[in-house]
Amino acid sequence: MAVALDLTVQLGQMLIVLALAPLLTGYVRKVKARLLRRQGPPLLQPYRDLLRLVRKEVVLAQNASWLFRVAPYLIFATTWVAAALVPTFATGLIFSQAADMIAIVALLGSARFMLALAGLDVGTSFGGIGSSREMMIASLAEPAMLMVVFTLSLLAGSTQLSSIAASMQGPGIGLRVSLALALVGLIMVAIAENARIPVDNPATHLELTMVHEAMILEYSGRHLALIEAASFLKLLLYVSVIACVFVPWGTAVSGQGLDAYVAGLGIYAAKLAAAGCMLAVFETVIAKMRVFRVSDFLGAALMLGFLATLLLFVSRVT
Amino acid sequence: MDQLALDVAHLLAGGLVLASFMLLYQDRMTGLINTFALHALVVSFSVAWQAYIQQAPHLYITAAIALIVKALVIPLALHRIIVRLDIHRTIEPVVGIGQTMLAGIGLVALSVMVMLPITAQAGTLAREDLAFALSVILLGLLMMISRRNAVSQVIGFMSIENGLILAATGAKGMPLVVEISVAFSILIALIVIGIFLFRIRERFETVDIHVLHEHRGEQP
Amino acid sequence: MALAGLLWCIATLLGTAVAAIAMARHRSATTLVYGVALCACVIALAMAGWSLLTLNSLGQALTLPVGLPWLGAHFRIDALAAFFLLVVNLGGATASLYGLGYGRHEETPGRVLPFYPAFLAGMNLVVLADDAFTFLFTWEFMSLASWALVMAHHRRPGNATAGYIYLLMAGFGTLALLLAFGLLAGPAGGYAFDAIRSAQTASLAGAVLVLALVGAGSKAGLVPLHVWLPLAHPAAPSHVSALMSGVMTKVAVYGFVRIVFDLLGSPVWWWGGLVALLGGVTAVMGVLYALMEHDLKRLLAYHTVENIGIIFIGLGLALAFEANEMPGAAALGLTAALFHVFNHSVFKSLLFFGAGAVLTATGERDMERLGGLIHRMPFTAFAFLIGSAAISALPPFNGFVSEWLTFQAILLSPALPQWLLKFLIPAIGALLALSAALAAACFVKAFGVSFLGRPRTEVARDAAETDRWSLASMFVLVTLCLLAGILPGYFIDALAPVSQALAGAQLPRQEQLDWLTIVPIAQSRSSYSGLLLFLFIAMAAGVGAEVIHRWASAATRRSAPWDCGFPDASPVTQYTAGSFSQPIRRVFGSVVFRAREEVHIPPPGDASAARMHVRLHDVPWDVLYVPTAKLVNLAADRLNKVQFMTIRAYLTLVFGALVVLLAVLAVWQ
Repeated sequence: MAVALDLTVQLGQMLIVLALAPLLTGYVRKVKARLLRRQGPPLLQPYRDLLRLVRKEVVLAQNASWLFRVAPYLIFATTWVAAALVPTFATGLIFSQAADMIAIVALLGSARFMLALAGLDVGTSFGGIGSSREMMIASLAEPAMLMVVFTLSLLAGSTQLSSIAASMQGPGIGLRVSLALALVGLIMVAIAENARIPVDNPATHLELTMVHEAMILEYSGRHLALIEAASFLKLLLYVSVIACVFVPWGTAVSGQGLDAYVAGLGIYAAKLAAAGCMLAVFETVIAKMRVFRVSDFLGAALMLGFLATLLLFVSRVT
Repeated sequence: MDQLALDVAHLLAGGLVLASFMLLYQDRMTGLINTFALHALVVSFSVAWQAYIQQAPHLYITAAIALIVKALVIPLALHRIIVRLDIHRTIEPVVGIGQTMLAGIGLVALSVMVMLPITAQAGTLAREDLAFALSVILLGLLMMISRRNAVSQVIGFMSIENGLILAATGAKGMPLVVEISVAFSILIALIVIGIFLFRIRERFETVDIHVLHEHRGEQP
Repeated sequence: MALAGLLWCIATLLGTAVAAIAMARHRSATTLVYGVALCACVIALAMAGWSLLTLNSLGQALTLPVGLPWLGAHFRIDALAAFFLLVVNLGGATASLYGLGYGRHEETPGRVLPFYPAFLAGMNLVVLADDAFTFLFTWEFMSLASWALVMAHHRRPGNATAGYIYLLMAGFGTLALLLAFGLLAGPAGGYAFDAIRSAQTASLAGAVLVLALVGAGSKAGLVPLHVWLPLAHPAAPSHVSALMSGVMTKVAVYGFVRIVFDLLGSPVWWWGGLVALLGGVTAVMGVLYALMEHDLKRLLAYHTVENIGIIFIGLGLALAFEANEMPGAAALGLTAALFHVFNHSVFKSLLFFGAGAVLTATGERDMERLGGLIHRMPFTAFAFLIGSAAISALPPFNGFVSEWLTFQAILLSPALPQWLLKFLIPAIGALLALSAALAAACFVKAFGVSFLGRPRTEVARDAAETDRWSLASMFVLVTLCLLAGILPGYFIDALAPVSQALAGAQLPRQEQLDWLTIVPIAQSRSSYSGLLLFLFIAMAAGVGAEVIHRWASAATRRSAPWDCGFPDASPVTQYTAGSFSQPIRRVFGSVVFRAREEVHIPPPGDASAARMHVRLHDVPWDVLYVPTAKLVNLAADRLNKVQFMTIRAYLTLVFGALVVLLAVLAVWQ
């Protein structure tokens, strides 16, 4: 009975994550538009976009292979699994043991692998641009993310995300310099991985400025809907990771009962709203970088993560 | 409470190292000056916090001087110098920015490696604060040697001074008169350097020191 | 019993080699040789596996009255040997299965067939050897057999140089190992491994470590001793390349582990730091070299260098932990390294088999002349895709598990007290993370440019799928990749006797954990369940597909690619391998290789082609090898004068030597 309840809560988290992801993106777009003194699309527009895409016919290029058709499903599946493993309103759920942070980073890496291959599949130069730039960004963003993971794991004594979140809630860790450096590094990586300004423009129509958009240029219909859903989920994942690790107050602990979960859910929604607002403001005040400046940007994130880890290695001496 | 206070001081020192790295990262003049203003802001917060936890009211004055002079007056002055001398706005690093930051990490590691064994008697946080102060100094020096532009060298010099302030306030006690003299010497140095820049600009239409090299009469 | 059986299998292989010399021209020689090799390897694999898993007959020794008269030839099978025999014979079995199909395309079977079983026999014998002389003899035999295979197509441009450099580096490595064993045996001169172990008084243990690192490392491919690897591995036929990359490098790792962990006694802390640092540098340099390549087999060979780096990182960490009396952590490092040994041999063989299939089908190794092969060779493409995913450390495949275990070992290392290690190990962790990300980029390039897109040449357009035997061996390896990723607990348990023998501790037993989770240290600390992740991904994909199927339109239409509205462009406009790696070349290569691009664009109106030159400087080659070669040539030129002296000069030399020796004798008294 208790197992069935726990399973339901875990399943509920998976579905909540899927349901909230388009709303977060819609909220960010709305706030950005308001900051530019426009009305902006309605909050629920991403849902409508997905529905519309799903109902459309898929137009495949002549030489698109089976990989092109299968990739959206795999990208969606890996991103959804990764997002569902991140604690949102409660830590310590039944499958939280499987939520190893290195595994989550690697799952996102699988999604990116498939996406980059799909970009190369049709054999146009735009797909090539997107894939090659994406792999350059990934070659720096993924190590930076891993260094942040190392920092958090060394502080919490575990690589399980749920344990890290739980130990951040407790009094043991306190304010550490490595945490501050890790936070800055994680924010920089999150911006790069989610194809946000200043690294990539998610709303661009200019080929020269595309990274993510260039890889999915040939996709249409239900395939494009799956890939868009995956990118919504990825944004939600990164915001959830930052929220549950660096702003852990209010997250329920598994076993505290239904009202704690509901309260946790409300606080989680508030965290998402705050993060969305800050992201929108940040994207509005800053301009997009040149592509080869992105490597400096992510190199800086890698250095910050490395410095954070180094300080932890060194400061354990007494 | 005490642990929290020490943690905040430590966090501000780490924030100063972060600001030094941000100084190394900049490639445009206006960004550099604004980041230096941030650097001075962090130093003033750090000194103010030290004044609070050490209960040393004279340090509040030091913090105010750092805030007003370094975070407001000097950046504004530099902005105006740039506009008047029409200095070109991109900063060229000698080696790439990535390699400069890698060297910066090496310097932080070096200062940790030097400081922590030496100060074995003091408390952990105080030792790490000293290590951070030394790394801010070394990063400021790195900035001076890795940029081809005179304004960025001036800013590097001033960030070294910020690191010294951090070290001095962290070590529980620096009289105000020393701080006033240090601040005045900085001001004078800035005026001199400003005049210098003006002269260089008049003669050579540029403040790129690489160009100056050819006029030294020896091989570059 | 297992030992005797293994020696019989090896004898069969040697007999086949001899027989193949005679009957290489025969019509069914290929089938016979590869078939016998397959059977022998499968039997050896079964026996090695049985003795490792049941711990039966471990420790059996045998002495044959061959070799040096006072020494004989000692053979022993213990846990470490059983594990490496498993790896060697798995590689040998799959390569033989592949060879049954691939070998039919061989133009000169007489140059390949006799040496192939000899190579397999040599590798097996190295792992079984229990004294220094047998070890070195079989090591050289293995090198010579593989050299013969590298020179099999010696008329192709570059192969002769590759063979020459290979022979030089192999000889140099053996010299280093000879000196290492000499130091280990000490003045008493007991060369049997038992004698060395019980002596335990190796003077200059640090020197032995460095010599073992140089000797075994040059065969494994540590930077800067890796230069022969990307020349020799691609020159050999593809199944031999798979054996050399996937298996022979592992035999070199075996040599290193045997000397340093088993024979050398308790380590000192800086050994671990040195080995791990070399491993980290090798990992990043290897993958950066691979990213600059557009020859498919050279790319795979450079990638082997990267994975050897990862293995040596694990070994270095294990040494550091052992030096600091942390046996549990040492067991973790060692298990991670050995698991990666197994994983790498599996997926590197798979990738080389795929490259061999492409080579047979199109005659091209250059990626920039391929493309679109996923339509022409679907099964090979699928197998290559799984191999690429596994080598890029993507869950739920096996590459991820060994990388995860190595990361866990790095996360245990703040407990190490030495300052230098505290600074070195985070840097090595960053290097490992960087190499993992770059490996994924490399394989997106390799798979994407060769198999995806549109065919760039006629041969790519007309390629045909390979034969059943090749496909069978590739799919065996694909299944192993998935199984090792989903059931890593069984592999870790199988490695327990090895880590117990070498590091003095083993990881907790994994098999009773539910969902096939692995917990290398403690449950509260970290756990990974490949099976759970695989099920989750499958379920999520299934739910997504089901929802789409029910509520989405199923209409699909084929049309020209969108390409931002440009009309149908020729396949030349696709991204090539060089253009794909250009951002990474600019970011990393400009520092590491001093990579510079020059573009010559003709003025407007001129219809000639634009040219782009990319200049790369291979730093170890320029700094280490070219000056050494110049020095040797200089010395040889100077010394050559000794050949042409007068009789009086020779007499003077003799007289001078005599006088010097008498003087030394006088002084010594």
